[in-house]
Amino acid sequence: MEKELNIVGKRVPMHDGVAKARGTAQFTDDLVFPGMLYGKILRSPLPHARIIHIDTAKARKLSGVKGVVTGQDIPDRQYGIVPKARDEYALAKGKVRYIGDDVAAVCAVDLEAAEEAVSLIKVEYEELPAVYDPLDSIKEGAPVIHEGVDHNTSMSIRKEFGDVKKAFAESDHIFEDTFYSQAVNHAPMEPHAAVAQYDHLGEHFTVYSSTQIPYFLRRNLASTLMVPESKVRIIKPKVGGGFGQKIDMFAKDFCAAWFARETGRAVKFVYERDELFISTRQRHPMYITVRTGMKKDGTILAQQFKAHADGGAYNSTAPTMIALSCYFLMIPYRVPNLIYEGHHVYTNKPVGGAMRGHGIPQARFAVERQLDLIAQRIGIDPVELRVKNSIQAGEPHPAKFIINTCGFSDCLKQAAEAIGWKEKRGKLPKGRGVGIAGASFPSGVSNMSHISSGSVVQIGQDGAVNVLSGAADIGQGAETVIAQIVAEVLGVTMEDVRITAADTGTCPMDPGTFGSGVTVRAGNAARLAAEEARKKLFKYVAKHLDVERDDLAVKDRFIYLKSSPGKGMSFKDALKGYQYADLPMPIVGRASWFAPSTEPTTLFKDDGNFAPNYSFMAQAAEVDVDLETGQIKLLKMVTAHDCGRAINPMLVEGQLEGSVVGGMGQALYENVIVEKGQVMNPSFLDYGFPTFLEMPEIGAIEVETDDPIGPFGAKEAGEGTQLSPAPAIVNAIYDAIGVDFKELPVTPEKILEVLEKGGGK
Amino acid sequence: MKKIISLSINGDQYEVLVSPNQTLLEVLRDQLGLMGTKRGCDLGACGACTVLINGEAYLSCIMLAMDGVGKEIQTIEGLTQTRELHPLQEAFVKEGGIQCGFCTPGMIMTAQAILNEAEKPSEETIKRKMAGNLCRCTGYKKIVTAVMSAAGQAGEEV
Repeated sequence: MEKELNIVGKRVPMHDGVAKARGTAQFTDDLVFPGMLYGKILRSPLPHARIIHIDTAKARKLSGVKGVVTGQDIPDRQYGIVPKARDEYALAKGKVRYIGDDVAAVCAVDLEAAEEAVSLIKVEYEELPAVYDPLDSIKEGAPVIHEGVDHNTSMSIRKEFGDVKKAFAESDHIFEDTFYSQAVNHAPMEPHAAVAQYDHLGEHFTVYSSTQIPYFLRRNLASTLMVPESKVRIIKPKVGGGFGQKIDMFAKDFCAAWFARETGRAVKFVYERDELFISTRQRHPMYITVRTGMKKDGTILAQQFKAHADGGAYNSTAPTMIALSCYFLMIPYRVPNLIYEGHHVYTNKPVGGAMRGHGIPQARFAVERQLDLIAQRIGIDPVELRVKNSIQAGEPHPAKFIINTCGFSDCLKQAAEAIGWKEKRGKLPKGRGVGIAGASFPSGVSNMSHISSGSVVQIGQDGAVNVLSGAADIGQGAETVIAQIVAEVLGVTMEDVRITAADTGTCPMDPGTFGSGVTVRAGNAARLAAEEARKKLFKYVAKHLDVERDDLAVKDRFIYLKSSPGKGMSFKDALKGYQYADLPMPIVGRASWFAPSTEPTTLFKDDGNFAPNYSFMAQAAEVDVDLETGQIKLLKMVTAHDCGRAINPMLVEGQLEGSVVGGMGQALYENVIVEKGQVMNPSFLDYGFPTFLEMPEIGAIEVETDDPIGPFGAKEAGEGTQLSPAPAIVNAIYDAIGVDFKELPVTPEKILEVLEKGGGK
Repeated sequence: MKKIISLSINGDQYEVLVSPNQTLLEVLRDQLGLMGTKRGCDLGACGACTVLINGEAYLSCIMLAMDGVGKEIQTIEGLTQTRELHPLQEAFVKEGGIQCGFCTPGMIMTAQAILNEAEKPSEETIKRKMAGNLCRCTGYKKIVTAVMSAAGQAGEEV
């Protein structure tokens, strides 16, 4: 790994950090335009009902109201990221399917008038029977949520790898356990917002939106408004966190654009906090049954999974979620024979969507918990069991993943050592315990050019570099990482690089921020574009100095000869000479990158290399359980992490620390409680997630590998680390009190209930 | 009903027409265009709207604008009014205490209130007093480091 790097691999502060610290960074809700109108959405108060009639007359007459729109007025076009899963209208047509479903919208000169107008809309409903649990929803005779969808099951996947029947027959042990993961809200600090403008001259829309996916939003907005994509420009201002919740179009985007065209004025929609809980997205609750066949020594021979995901009222990203949930059962452990059966089931509840890990955290919880149960049953150490079954780089994979680099078994050993496994596991006093879990995550998906990133790098006359990228920085630091990569390739400083990103009107296409693919995908595009620009400049310099182009390199704004590093010329002089040689300015490099795939990977039908590369991690937790109150304190979490080479170790740590604390919330505190379709805790007062007080000691161990595909050897670092904190914590709770929880979250009430009944060790 | 009041914000005097139920946050953002103060929950539960009133941290989303009369109000825009960053801002940037940046102004204002009270607060004090400021990105660790470092207590392991 002897690559000499100046900017990549360094703890470079975020390029927009100063603006954020000064409070001048602009988020969507910070945008104000002259004459701007304010919008508000009327939501369904019923979990399932037919809309008989909507009377908007009173709302329209209210002073200050400039527009009212209902599902009847809008085109018959459904939206969604995945074309075959589109099942949602911007405003409900004919029927509402959950409490919070979008029914109508108004815009007015101020928010007060908009709120009053919404309350004046009268909707006549015919209430329908509703269903709230996926296991009830699939039963014969359950209420039909979407016409024509049998058993309310909108997506099913059944994949078999190897010979499962034979492998189970050859197993010495077979274990079967069922697990449940709850609904978790992403709770980004910035509420969802959109501001739209319409230009009647060019007949085009400009929409500022708190989105993770500007280009998918453009596609969905254009198709639901029934205008060409070229008529819609999406600009992503600063986004205050997303974690997957901002992967989708929402009613606020559509209605802002709709009213902007109707009124000719800018229109702003901002969701309130309770709307984020009720009407955006949440992590799918999931029931998972795992059956594992093993040899006496603990070698996994086969696994069989059956999963029911509670999708709520609509699909959102359902197919992707189910596919991820399935494929990532075959990594980071060697599972040669596997059957996965997964179902996405509608209920009359808030909608499930992508959330950090996207279907994998639920599966990981089941697998990692079961491994610990098995370790007890067959009397083997949980770390040893995991190491024994760890996948290794280069080995053949049942679904044809290509694993070029893999530090997983090292991650396990190092995390165990750092938590003090040998001294502590099974040896601490009652109430204290340690636990471990592992995971792997893709760096985006290989899905041919459909998922490709573009980049343009321009070198200006004064040596400043302008980068255009479609990548959507939602706070993770994507723009900083891309700027670092470009600065490294061109041998300039971070101050020389300016980045313009996530504006569909000016930037090349990019799929957006999801699947943890940004650094590898958009980073590679930026690297290639910068290399092309460099090549053009070097061509001139080589001629001017009468040297071979391949002998040139650049560092600290100085272009030099590799064979004689003292010789060369400054970056600026080279540019000056280039201009005077009458060569075209600015120097522009362009590139597009998508993951190399030897066969089409459609996620559903065909096997193939799922992702350009795979990160690995093991996480070890130490907990303290108060036997009197049931309170659980996460004392420490160590993550040993193979994310390839970190482009920016400080940002990688930030991702890791945020992931650990988020995973801790999933394990111990967070749960979107729904009763008869009504979210009971849609506020930060009632839905608790970790604060400064719960923050554990966080340790990070870098298990560096040098990946051949990622830019400068990088792999993903954004999502994988949120997969295994929850099972590691629950495994540690077992070690502390001898109770095996199979449902999340593990709360003090549940602990006390078991302890009072005399349970535990 | 509405009343003209005078507010002292970041050392400047503003005359604003407000209704009795209008919050300070609404006046700051919607009337004065001081957008650095963020609206995260509008319920006093996230801390993104934190401002200083006579040097102490207050949640501007649950404080009536009229209650700000006669007091010194400071927002993130008032922390520095030159090109120079305030030491807290500098530390947040340098230590990676910022990711999406939405909670950052509120975090920095609460930290300033802590430093107004004690020059060298302990790590425990910082955590306890900042517990009303939520962040979903950072996991808090680098924010604690940033505040410690701004208070001249750099290098201590958190």
